[in-house]
Amino acid sequence: MMKSKITRLLGVLGLSVAFSATAADKVKVAFVSTLSGPQALLGKHMQDGFNLAVKELGGKFGGIPAEVSVHDDQFKPDVARQIADRLVKREQVDIVTGVLFSNVLLAMYNPLIDSKTIFISANAGASQIAGKQCSPYFFSSAWQTDQAPSAVARYVSKDGFKRIFIIASNYQAGQDAATGFKRAFKGQVVQEIYPPLGQPDFSAEISQIAASKPDAVFAFVAGSSAINFVKQYAASGLKKEIPLFSAFTVYGPYLDAMGDAALGSRSAAFWTPDLDNPTSKRFVEAFRKEYGYVPSNSSAQAYDAAKIINAAVAAVKGKVEDRDELAKAIRSVKFDSVRGAFRFGNNNFPIQNFYATEVARLPDGKLIESNRGVVVTDDVDAYASECSMK
Amino acid sequence: MKISLLRNPLIWLFVVFAIFPIAATAINQTYYLSFISKVMVFGIAALGLNLVLGFGGMVSLGHAAFVGVGAYAVGLCMHYGVTNGWVHFGLAIGVGALSSLLIGALCLRAGGISFIMLTLAFAQLLFFLGVGLKQYGGDDGFSFRGHSEFFSWLQLEDVRVMYWVILACLALTVLVVGRSTRSGFGLALRGVKSNEGRAQSIGLHTYRHKLAAFVLSGMFCSLSGALLANLTQFVSPSYMHFSRSAELLLMILLGGISSLLGPVVGAAAFIVLEESLGHITPHWQAPMGLAIVLIVLFARNGLIDLAMAVVVRFKRKRS
Amino acid sequence: MIFTLGLFLIQLLNGLQFGVTLFLFTSGLTLVLGIMNFMNLGHASFYMIGAYYAVALTNWSGSFVFGVLLALPATYVTALAVEWLVFRRLYERSHLDQVLVTFGLVMFFNEVVRIIWGTAGLYFTVPDWLSGSVVLGSGALYPVYRLLIIAVGCLVALAMFLVIKYTRIGMLIRAGADKPEMVEAVGVNIRGVFRGVVALGAALAALAGALSGPLYSVESGMGDSMLILALVAITIGGVGSIRGSFFAALMIGVVDAMGRMFLPQLFAIFLSRPVADAIGPATGSMLIYLLMIVVLLARPNGLFAFRGR
Repeated sequence: MMKSKITRLLGVLGLSVAFSATAADKVKVAFVSTLSGPQALLGKHMQDGFNLAVKELGGKFGGIPAEVSVHDDQFKPDVARQIADRLVKREQVDIVTGVLFSNVLLAMYNPLIDSKTIFISANAGASQIAGKQCSPYFFSSAWQTDQAPSAVARYVSKDGFKRIFIIASNYQAGQDAATGFKRAFKGQVVQEIYPPLGQPDFSAEISQIAASKPDAVFAFVAGSSAINFVKQYAASGLKKEIPLFSAFTVYGPYLDAMGDAALGSRSAAFWTPDLDNPTSKRFVEAFRKEYGYVPSNSSAQAYDAAKIINAAVAAVKGKVEDRDELAKAIRSVKFDSVRGAFRFGNNNFPIQNFYATEVARLPDGKLIESNRGVVVTDDVDAYASECSMK
Repeated sequence: MKISLLRNPLIWLFVVFAIFPIAATAINQTYYLSFISKVMVFGIAALGLNLVLGFGGMVSLGHAAFVGVGAYAVGLCMHYGVTNGWVHFGLAIGVGALSSLLIGALCLRAGGISFIMLTLAFAQLLFFLGVGLKQYGGDDGFSFRGHSEFFSWLQLEDVRVMYWVILACLALTVLVVGRSTRSGFGLALRGVKSNEGRAQSIGLHTYRHKLAAFVLSGMFCSLSGALLANLTQFVSPSYMHFSRSAELLLMILLGGISSLLGPVVGAAAFIVLEESLGHITPHWQAPMGLAIVLIVLFARNGLIDLAMAVVVRFKRKRS
Repeated sequence: MIFTLGLFLIQLLNGLQFGVTLFLFTSGLTLVLGIMNFMNLGHASFYMIGAYYAVALTNWSGSFVFGVLLALPATYVTALAVEWLVFRRLYERSHLDQVLVTFGLVMFFNEVVRIIWGTAGLYFTVPDWLSGSVVLGSGALYPVYRLLIIAVGCLVALAMFLVIKYTRIGMLIRAGADKPEMVEAVGVNIRGVFRGVVALGAALAALAGALSGPLYSVESGMGDSMLILALVAITIGGVGSIRGSFFAALMIGVVDAMGRMFLPQLFAIFLSRPVADAIGPATGSMLIYLLMIVVLLARPNGLFAFRGR
């Protein structure tokens, strides 16, 4: 008796919940990023870029109303994992995008891919995902972590620096970055150190740099610790004799905090705020008007991700339930990217140019990573051959 | 005996929880199965910790380490292709027992604040050990596919089967904890908690009792960890971070430190709060922190006591 | 790897610098724990709040010195308020209750700071007249600012030692640590003393936070890792002992700095490079806890404990 009463009660409750379930005429997109804690600034850059695109598209992807939910991974892989489970099981989203850090990416990967949820990373690009674990449902609108360091290595070699000291944060992306640099670098790596992620004090590492007397330093320090590293490095007085090269370290969102300590530091990227193409110029102008600051790569990548979703949803005419078709549409997507010509490689990572960058001041005083010319064109990342997709 | 069994609210509660998956599948809301499974898993860990905290009076900031040990036991086995569930759980509980024996033996030599600090130190040690194990993902942890395999008819892939297995483990935990606290051992433990000197003067080997409680609680926490690994298919050193230990303490506190089901209720309350507050505002930690302050200051015995107080007042009104 | 004297000296100084910062933080905590038997995790929040005040005041006033100095009374007043609202209800309660409530406070303040100043964290740079480096022996450069921190820390430690040993207030504090009931019985307002101790400790933590600000970032939760290390320092040094926490804090700073730098190199001699790189940093972090465990097993009350507590 009691059993059926309870079941009926639950049934009534359940029906009322069920009526708010998914309708087939909207596309559900989840935006996941680090929105709290010390790394929140990067997350905000990414979110602003994404939201700008959504706003420009009138809240629709491919002409269909978009339901965008925002989630904070708190830079914790286990939280990200829970979010992924919830997105797949409860909210049954069509597409997940965002994702700043590679550890978060790796934690979310399996549940999303296994459920054929489209996963477009707008920043993180771990090597396994570009290689052996590639999937037709995963895409990157950004870059594979090795690419920028490899590009840096190329022009470091060209500019005659022979002895390099590598310092990289001790996590997946940091190790990928060091690997990428070493792969393309033609000189001698004097020493490599991997300080723990989030470490605030680099006095030990800077002392070692001074002691080994390299020609230059290559740094991949993740997150807001980069600010500490750059400031402490500049304060040590080493910057003049031992120039600083980096990737993802002396980086858009942090330039204001670094101040003059960042000037002259060099890196490589596939996009800079002063890139010379009409889509990019329009994007930068609209972004500055909307948010009042210069967009960084995170913003540009998220913006492109949204535009990719838009083009793909339009291509499948809104039938987002068929994930295989949607994935195919994304693979062959045609849209105006802020980086100019855009196409995906066989592992669903972009094939794109990389430019040398140097931190300089704009006429209005703002610090940006300024474009200093092409280093490599149509760069395919090093793991594409390990991916079994064609 | 039979009559009192039917009247026992605990039994009814378990019946309701047991049939919930059937109802949930019928209305296609299976997400809640994994949600409640998670609550139960943390309930097991909280129950284990309460053996030491509520009944033994020892404040341990390191029990999350045992949860992590259990989780890693399962995770590492899966990593190396060992899928036998008996091996998983045997290893998890065994290593949990061993580690809590070693750690407890060392920590219990000190008292008061030194004890708390030592438990914290060991937890941090294990945490950094996990972080240092780069080949197993280090700080990020690692995912794996598949679950512990027991019998061919017991497929943990099915969320409902997983739920029932976890429910069974929770029932077992409640049974063992309930029995032991009512036994001579439990009474001795409570004697130790209220006045260790007096307990010693009547001839109790307080150290042995405390250590036994510590090891038992460690075993339950590692059981919880093994279940957690199966539930999330993901293992990371964060499971062992001292903040997780603090969360377990909070769960016990929220639910009620001196009741049997208190820790489970507290686990449910904490996880529901965490999930729902996050939706209301990204700044949920502010009201959460305040809530903790107010509850400890003014509602010291947690939700169960609050609930009881309400029930008592209600009954009084009726009569 | 290069084991130069210069590198060794730099790391030693780095260790001392971190050690004195840790001491400034720890001193308030150990006093409160020793005198009032009050386990105050909220101390971490005072460190953070002090840093935030310092940044805000420096940016407002344009002067670094002004900003740092003003942050101290600002934190002092904040601590008085918190003490009156929350702490004083906890003195009679168990350690568990104290830990839980102050844990909730830390959570609360971590979020409040984010609400007021944003999630990104604030930055302020070392002022020009304090930046620049000094040349030590064998060509090693060492930042002036860090030397300043060491100097300030040692001065404060000396001042504390003198006050506690030779002044009436110091006598009150020592008496209160030993037998608070007696102190009350002879007519001293022990509550007032307690309140003052909490607030003074908070101001010291604020000084630590404000001085650290330019080196690290000023962000939510910055006090949490300091708190753990402070608890370790107190445990090693002995609850309630200023001298103990001074030496323990310095020891922790130096062990941590040396360990982080030289352990990986040491491992590299015996193990392969990748393995050494992998476990080196982790072992460095574990070293402090191993140290604490060893000390506690030998001397359960710490190295410089008061008798009777």
